[in-house]
Amino acid sequence: MKSLATFPRQVCTFYVGGQAFGIDVQTVQEVVRSLEMTEVPLATECVQGLINLRGQIVTAVDLRVRLRIAPEDSDRLPMHVVIRTVDGPLSLLVDRVGDVHEITEDQMESPPDTLDLSFKGMITATVKRDHDLLLILDIDKVIQLN
Amino acid sequence: MTFDDLDLLKEFVVESQEHLSDVEEKLLAMEGQGEAIDVAAVNTVFRAVHSIKGAAGFMGLGTLERLAHREEEVLNKLRAKEIRPTSDVINALLRATDRIKFLLDSIETSNDIDISDQLTILEEILVAHESGTSAILELSKEVVTEKVSEKKLDIQLSSEALREFLEECIENVDQLEQDLLAIEETTDDDRVLNRIFRSMHTIKGSSGFVGYSSLENLTHAAEDLLVLVRDGKLQFTQRMGHILLQCVDAVRTMIRALELNDASLATDPANIISELQSLKTADGGNIPHPQGILSKKSTASEEKASRAESLNSPSTQTETVQSSTGPASVKSGANTEGPSKGGNESNLQESSIRVDVSILDKLMTCVGELVLARNQILQHSNRTSDNGLQASAQRLNIITSELQEHVMKTRMQPIGNAWNKFPRLVRDLAVICEKQVRIEMEGKETELDKTIIEAVKDPLTHLVRNTVDHGIELPQVRVKNGKPAEGCLYLRAYHEGGLVNIEIADDGAGLNLEKIRAKAVEKGLFSADEVAQLSEREVSQIIFMPGFSTADKVSNVSGRGVGMDVVKTNIERIGGTIDLQSERGKGTTIRVKIPLTLAIIPALIVSCDNNRFAIPQVNLLELLRLEGEQASQKIEWINGTPVYRLRGRILPLIDLRSILRKPKQCVENQSDINIIVLRSEERQFGLVVDKINDTEEIVVKPLSSQLKNLQIYSGATIMGDGKVALILDVNGIAADANASSKEGTRQALEMVNLSQQGNTDSNSLLVISLGVRRKLAIPIAQVARLEKLPASHVEIAGESEVVQYRGDIMPIIRLQHIFHDCIHLEEPDLLNVVVHNQGGRNFGVVIDKIIDVVDCDPDSFPTGQSERRSAVINGAVTDLIDLPSIIAQTLVRV
Repeated sequence: MKSLATFPRQVCTFYVGGQAFGIDVQTVQEVVRSLEMTEVPLATECVQGLINLRGQIVTAVDLRVRLRIAPEDSDRLPMHVVIRTVDGPLSLLVDRVGDVHEITEDQMESPPDTLDLSFKGMITATVKRDHDLLLILDIDKVIQLN
Repeated sequence: MTFDDLDLLKEFVVESQEHLSDVEEKLLAMEGQGEAIDVAAVNTVFRAVHSIKGAAGFMGLGTLERLAHREEEVLNKLRAKEIRPTSDVINALLRATDRIKFLLDSIETSNDIDISDQLTILEEILVAHESGTSAILELSKEVVTEKVSEKKLDIQLSSEALREFLEECIENVDQLEQDLLAIEETTDDDRVLNRIFRSMHTIKGSSGFVGYSSLENLTHAAEDLLVLVRDGKLQFTQRMGHILLQCVDAVRTMIRALELNDASLATDPANIISELQSLKTADGGNIPHPQGILSKKSTASEEKASRAESLNSPSTQTETVQSSTGPASVKSGANTEGPSKGGNESNLQESSIRVDVSILDKLMTCVGELVLARNQILQHSNRTSDNGLQASAQRLNIITSELQEHVMKTRMQPIGNAWNKFPRLVRDLAVICEKQVRIEMEGKETELDKTIIEAVKDPLTHLVRNTVDHGIELPQVRVKNGKPAEGCLYLRAYHEGGLVNIEIADDGAGLNLEKIRAKAVEKGLFSADEVAQLSEREVSQIIFMPGFSTADKVSNVSGRGVGMDVVKTNIERIGGTIDLQSERGKGTTIRVKIPLTLAIIPALIVSCDNNRFAIPQVNLLELLRLEGEQASQKIEWINGTPVYRLRGRILPLIDLRSILRKPKQCVENQSDINIIVLRSEERQFGLVVDKINDTEEIVVKPLSSQLKNLQIYSGATIMGDGKVALILDVNGIAADANASSKEGTRQALEMVNLSQQGNTDSNSLLVISLGVRRKLAIPIAQVARLEKLPASHVEIAGESEVVQYRGDIMPIIRLQHIFHDCIHLEEPDLLNVVVHNQGGRNFGVVIDKIIDVVDCDPDSFPTGQSERRSAVINGAVTDLIDLPSIIAQTLVRV
């Protein structure tokens, strides 16, 4: 397990299919409510579409599909967590955005070995919180779709 | 080595590279000029090297300074015609220049780079010259150096301030010269006289300020004379004009001397000063003002006086117009326009400024945004009846277009910038290949966007290399074939229809089609039969295929097999096309067509399945609309591929819906068919879309890396209503359609992402073929996806075949094993797999061919005696199969 120093101390949390996830707050550019999306035929399943973010065209990746979390019948429109990448901004579609969470070292633990391999590959750590477990996403792996 | 100011260093490197940009060309031109050497060219090179030397010394770049210094010395001798520009000398200079470029490229470590070899070569040239010259020359040289050291210009200024001063002086000198010429014709125009005075005065003032005393003295003398003329105490004579022009020339030389910081160029103004003074006394005998400032003060007061006078009595003014200065003329004098644009040959580019490219890029982005906003406003304004808003929107429209055009222009560069290095390249290559090649260029000034120039530089270089290496024959071969020994490489650029055409032509051997055919077979790109059937044109296109090279051996120059295909890909990436025409024995012409700019392009907006798409107009040939009854009749089918007869020629049709894997349009709506005739690499095809909307200027934005692998899109754009639309890549679409039809599953284009279609198609059947004769139908509802999987990916687990699919292990079921009676086809490299999802688990059913998707209710199949039910679909008996039961059977067997 990596030392805490290599992990973000503050993570932006969000929920996908009832599971809490976190990414380094530094990588988050902004959070926007549902925007009109343009479908991209032939794109991989996780690409939900393109959005116009104040004149910038941003690809929206559905985390539910990416993380292979079963779809859920919900009327609630997804939220866009727009993150900064080397390639420009990218939007992650999540069900709900939570608070910014401060991580302490004693909360951290490596993800359990029994997790599905491809899923586990995208998780860098498990954070034990009082009422639930927070999974820290490896954002580079998440956005690498091919 | 540390530098306090990295920016300064960077600027130095950029500037130096700029200085060197045309040095090569000039040096090449000098080669062989002998006695008749173009001194102006030598001067240009000298200046470039000299300024690098100076700045390098200043920055502590010792190595660079030493090399530049030696090169400068040789150039100096060249200029003085003490050395002949033999090819040895030019070679040495070229090498030295190359090394300087190299040092500039690795500026941080430049001081540690060994340049002794270059220094030795240059020194040898100098020594060889020294030993061959007489003592007289020695002597004169000493005299010169002495003079130089004595008159070393002692002007301490920051380069910025110096530049400003020089620019100002040049402006004024140019103006002066023009005005002096004008006044010689109409001696009584005191507006002009005033302007002359002002210009002279300004030069005097600023040269005094920077401490250039000799210039100050000269202009002061001239100014004194002019004061007398202006005040009417002296008549302007032709002789005076002559002397003043001489004075202007002297000023110009002195400015240049300062610019180069080379005192040896500066002339001694003493003669002219005395001439000027003699003029003053000869006529009027007035005592000159001892100081310029004094004279200025007095002039000002005189002006005031005369103004007051003219106000009181306008009639007096008209009488004294020749001698005094009226208010009107004072005013216009003050408003004197800036520098004249006509024919000045100053080295400073006074009408241009250096701007960081990133700023231009940002500006371009902003204009892009503005264009989008304009489009939105226009859309809104069309919907309102508010005349005021409509008028403003119209104005905004015009201004935006103009702004866009001008901002685009700032990014335009002549293609000559990319061609500059070719003469050198061709010369060097010709030497290596032992060929004689002459390069001719036409249309150097053809402008195109900087980014495009950058993008075509490498492909063009490659093409030029190829031409010299492969295209042009050895001199002896050429002579034998009755051609001049010297081959010609001809570069031509011109604008045509919103595109830039670049031609690279040679009078060489042309393509050896037989050799290409043989190589193509050898490399396994085609079978011998296939090759025989190809037309000459098609054969010549083979050279653009990956991994193709006819070169027998890999030469230093080209033929590494990473050649023409890369060129082609790079050119197509920027929306260009490449075409090759060749005639055996006569030569080859390669024609590259590229768009002027990439950032904002006109495009046609079309709709398909409620999505909008933009098609760049560059690819657009015409629009067709088949209406009503005739529509479906006019579409003909060849082996499942739709075609249309367009003015007697067969135009293959591609349905955008099938490209996008969207369900076919309902039959009722298909009465009208919209066809967009597009050009893709010299071929034409018709793209069938649901609706043609409009043309619009769109701002091209790249797709994120997650979508880069989709070849049918070239980017995205934001439409007037703020929504995003994808830009279709015409070549990509053609390739996509080709790829699918080649595999014989033309109908695979109709591969619908069936899972996304939901349950609306419960009545559709997927018709497939198995073996040669058997047709099967699968209810679409049972099909999760259609996939093509490489046969090599099939693995064995336990006793069954499996394949790794989306992170799972998917069992593979071969229908052939169930329907034993069908004649087996050879297993293809890519398996057509129908993915069936059952209880969250995927099963892959291997089929031979997908034929069609038809609307047909499975329940309508008559129930036969056996479990199998059959019906006639599209004239063929088709068995309806049920995937769950087939899977169950298979699993039981295993």
